[in-house]
Amino acid sequence: MKQLTAFTKKEFMELIRTGKALLLMILFILFGIMNPAIAKMTPWLLETMLQDPAETGFVITEIEVNAMSSWTQFYKNIPIAFIIFLIMFSGILTAEYHKGTLVNMITKGMDRWKIIMSKLIVMISFWTVGYWVCYGITYLYNAWFWDNKVASYLLFSAFCFYLIGIWMISLIVFLSAVFQNNSAVLIMTACGFLVIYFIGFIQKVKKFLPVKLLDSADLLSGTKEASEYLYAIAVLIILVIGNITIAVVQFNKKNI
Amino acid sequence: MDMLTCSHVSKAFGKHNIFNNVLSDLTFSVPEHSIFGFIGQNGAGKTTTMKLILGLLQCDSGEIFVNGIPVSFGQNKTNRYIGYLPDVPEFYSFMTPMEYLMLCGEITGMEKKKSQDRADRLLHLVGLSQAQKRIQGFSRGMKQRLGIAQALLNSPKLLICDEPTSALDPLGRKEILDILCSVKNETTILFSTHILSDVERICDKIAFLNNGKIALQGTLEEIKGIRKGSGIEIEFNRQEDADLFAEKYKDGRRTGKVRVCCHQKTEKDMIEIMQLLTGNNISPQRIEMLEPALEDLFMEVVGE
Repeated sequence: MKQLTAFTKKEFMELIRTGKALLLMILFILFGIMNPAIAKMTPWLLETMLQDPAETGFVITEIEVNAMSSWTQFYKNIPIAFIIFLIMFSGILTAEYHKGTLVNMITKGMDRWKIIMSKLIVMISFWTVGYWVCYGITYLYNAWFWDNKVASYLLFSAFCFYLIGIWMISLIVFLSAVFQNNSAVLIMTACGFLVIYFIGFIQKVKKFLPVKLLDSADLLSGTKEASEYLYAIAVLIILVIGNITIAVVQFNKKNI
Repeated sequence: MDMLTCSHVSKAFGKHNIFNNVLSDLTFSVPEHSIFGFIGQNGAGKTTTMKLILGLLQCDSGEIFVNGIPVSFGQNKTNRYIGYLPDVPEFYSFMTPMEYLMLCGEITGMEKKKSQDRADRLLHLVGLSQAQKRIQGFSRGMKQRLGIAQALLNSPKLLICDEPTSALDPLGRKEILDILCSVKNETTILFSTHILSDVERICDKIAFLNNGKIALQGTLEEIKGIRKGSGIEIEFNRQEDADLFAEKYKDGRRTGKVRVCCHQKTEKDMIEIMQLLTGNNISPQRIEMLEPALEDLFMEVVGE
């Protein structure tokens, strides 16, 4: 465990000293503030954009802005934050191949699987902290301006998207063990996601796929039940374990 | 005892039935507490051999033993006896040298206090004890020196250096070679190079790698002894003296207006030539028994 601790500490040190940690926190905090801000500004935005509503045929009635609007923004914006997160972390392992920094570690006796695990620990830690900080800020603002009780299954639906993040992180790690460069990892991650997404068009199969969890925002309106998402969560967990296992096996064979 | 033994090692790269045999039937051994020079052209397979010893690549056939323990691909059992300095050592640029060495110490399972003491000592040995800044700003020479420090951190029994001096200026090369010499008693050193003057400077034993095999192997004296008395070179004061000598001594080759070279001559031949010169009243400017040069051997081995 000493090796794992030491290497993980090195990972955190890198993210802090290169400024990535700060950048990420700013990103998630900004998005957390943006959600209620955009919701609050929606009436003003609409009025500004449609300067002469009668002429364009629009009629602006009373626009109700409440916590739901803010949470809707949350589910619209968090994927963007997540994509930025993925792009920033896509080179976490492949950059080491390029620089050749793993050679010294492995020749010193570092177990290869611990390298994979430490990269995973770091990515999951930052995703966890960032995501829930973003959620927490939005939640607090919503509680301050409006009332969060208008939305059902708040925590559970947020947890669903959080799990999608975990799945994509495990995919990045698996693909980093297979491919040599950053771009290949990103492209194949996108492809992997899209393949599952398109298979999800088959409605019967969708409830078993992780992409079902993308619809977790539907839970907020109370029209869906949490139990509908349990199969997808189970399959997601299996996929995550599968990705990590194959990553370890593949990385053990890799020529560094 | 031999610290390292390679026995009938082969390695080929390639796929789809098109293979390039980098190493075939490679056999050599490195005795304890010696400095072993591993010489070969670019692309001869020196780095490949080292990666096989480190378990970074898998042999196609043959066996490698480090400290009597067999090396296996992907496993690290033998790596705890080995310190490795790659040809282009790369470190985590956001760390200071001390931080990096402490990380290496933790990876190798050393105690913190021991790591600290050893790191202090090694940084002093390699001349980096004043370097408080991050590795990002290091020159090539400084990285090479840090590389030696990290390679020696866990007091390895075998230090493997891949072309440690290739990209350094003469002063840098001397510093690295001096460091290697100074640690000879604590470890065994295998280093690859194509700079023959470095080999002549510090190596006890050498091997030439060519076409995937060891073409020549032995101590420096043994190897040079193969070509002992490689030639006699005479430089004359006047062209007429050279002409006269060439007339009397048919076994020489004219290499210039006033220069004659006689190949593969012994001390007996030297006496004969000197007698010929005095007998004909020829006073040369210079007469020299040429020391066999590694370069000649190298050229011979690679067939040029």
